[in-house]
Amino acid sequence: MNTRARVLEALSEVHDPELDEPITSLGFVTSCEVSPSGDVEILLRLPTPQCAPNFAYLMAADARNVVRRLPDVGRIEVRLEDHYTGKEINAAIARGEGFAAAFPGETDDDQLDALRELFQRKALVARQARLCEALLADGATPVQVTALRVADLPDDGDARRCLELRGQLGIGCDPNAPAFVAPNGEPLAADELTLWLRKARLVRTSLEVNGSICRSLLQIRSRRGAELEEVGT
Amino acid sequence: MYSHNGDTFFVVDGHLHFWDASPANWVSGQEQYAKGWIECFHAYMGLGPEETHWPLEKFQKYSEDDFVKDVFEDGYVDVGIFQSTYLKEWYRDGFNTLEKNSQLVEKYPDRLIANGRWDPREGEAGLKQLEEDAKRYNLQGVKLYTAEWYQGSRGWSLKEPESQRFLEKCQALGIKNIHVHKGPTIWPLDKDAFDVSDVDYVATNFPELNFIVEHVGLPRIEDFCFMATQEPNVYAGLAVVIGGLMHARPRFFAKVMGELLFWVGEDKMLWASDYAIWEPRWQVEGFVDWTSPEDVEFSDYPRLTTDGKKKILGLNAAKLYGIDVPDEFQIPDEAGEPAAREDAQLVDSA
Repeated sequence: MNTRARVLEALSEVHDPELDEPITSLGFVTSCEVSPSGDVEILLRLPTPQCAPNFAYLMAADARNVVRRLPDVGRIEVRLEDHYTGKEINAAIARGEGFAAAFPGETDDDQLDALRELFQRKALVARQARLCEALLADGATPVQVTALRVADLPDDGDARRCLELRGQLGIGCDPNAPAFVAPNGEPLAADELTLWLRKARLVRTSLEVNGSICRSLLQIRSRRGAELEEVGT
Repeated sequence: MYSHNGDTFFVVDGHLHFWDASPANWVSGQEQYAKGWIECFHAYMGLGPEETHWPLEKFQKYSEDDFVKDVFEDGYVDVGIFQSTYLKEWYRDGFNTLEKNSQLVEKYPDRLIANGRWDPREGEAGLKQLEEDAKRYNLQGVKLYTAEWYQGSRGWSLKEPESQRFLEKCQALGIKNIHVHKGPTIWPLDKDAFDVSDVDYVATNFPELNFIVEHVGLPRIEDFCFMATQEPNVYAGLAVVIGGLMHARPRFFAKVMGELLFWVGEDKMLWASDYAIWEPRWQVEGFVDWTSPEDVEFSDYPRLTTDGKKKILGLNAAKLYGIDVPDEFQIPDEAGEPAAREDAQLVDSA
């Protein structure tokens, strides 16, 4: 695998914190160039120039961090394209600084961490909902579902992402830990499952709807960008 | 008024604008924000059917004739409610102010209602202005923008003590409909502007006021639903839900409607076009035609009947605003309770 392929693979680990989808599958990575000496240049374009700066910062910073861990990589430049706070965010990322440094006096990094954690918990609920719905559709009972352990989870994307999120949230995920947990890490009881799932499905729908709106807006943006180029303005 | 297959619908559009976002109205030095704001709105228009898209220039500033044709003549709207949005930090004369909207109300007094606004950061002067506006324009409602910039401040919360004074003033002045924007926004940088917990707080403290959450808290619809389930005086403003999803993402639209019908209920949902982001016509026609998909994924959502559509398209809003609806549009009264009310106490454990 060449360096560029490894960089792209690493970028697929970066998730939009609000949508819990990889920035690569969302189409946010518009360019990824690696020079012969290993310098990396990554361009990110979000669905609108007004996407929330906090989430925009997190994605750009995460992109830089995952690439920095790769061997044989030289200088790394991650830039947000056509974003109304792109200049500030790009400069902070280039200096290796936090969100607060991009906007002095306007925010602090603690709030950003809290926001990220809030969305990690939402993402965990939504992913578990998908796994749970599939198990119930296959005929499992609530008692069987809530008795499952981490080791019993299927080897698929949702389950892997659940465990990753649990790890980030400090929720135990050894093979014997419960497979399904409330956002605070407590195991789910069988008699709570139906109502929990009703709520979890709404969280899941919310995340998926947001993802779909973002995809639509990004399509509109690309289409309009192409039209402008065609008419040469 | 819209008639379809023998059914007649009284149409109240709960969220309309008559804005001026043309470059002549941009505040010097703030052009990038004024431009960014309207271009972002314009992108949202792209989520509607292609034949309803406008060029950016028209979208920045449309005429009174456009408004009358799109809303009243082609759009079936019997009564429209303006939600005034100032944004004077970026737009010299404001984006669409109460004064400007009221000029149209004067011309069409039976067809339009203009809501005012307030901002707790304006203190005593703001309270005085609210009182003057209420008397001058006979206000029944206000639109609040908790994420608006004001002299270096990046937003505010309904929980703040100063906000309580303004809500008390509303109550005293007979302003009973409090529309709160909780939806896609640009600023502030450092707050989760979609956080609906402040609405939860004031809805409990002011049970006589109605709180209409515009854009149902999208993209945090779950927080809104869990909150609305517990607060009888909280309503779902459907601007963006129908315009943004029904055409572009019909399956997601069906899911969001199913969830809202389950958690909030058809008696507390209010349609709004969000004109000029989207024209009303295709939304009214499409919504009346709409049925939820038959697959198992949608099987346990409540079904929306023609009567339910009549409520959402106009009768619910007519009740909140005391609009006279001719008998032929009415449906027999029945006590509607959101399906999930009994689950409310369990929501906190989500």
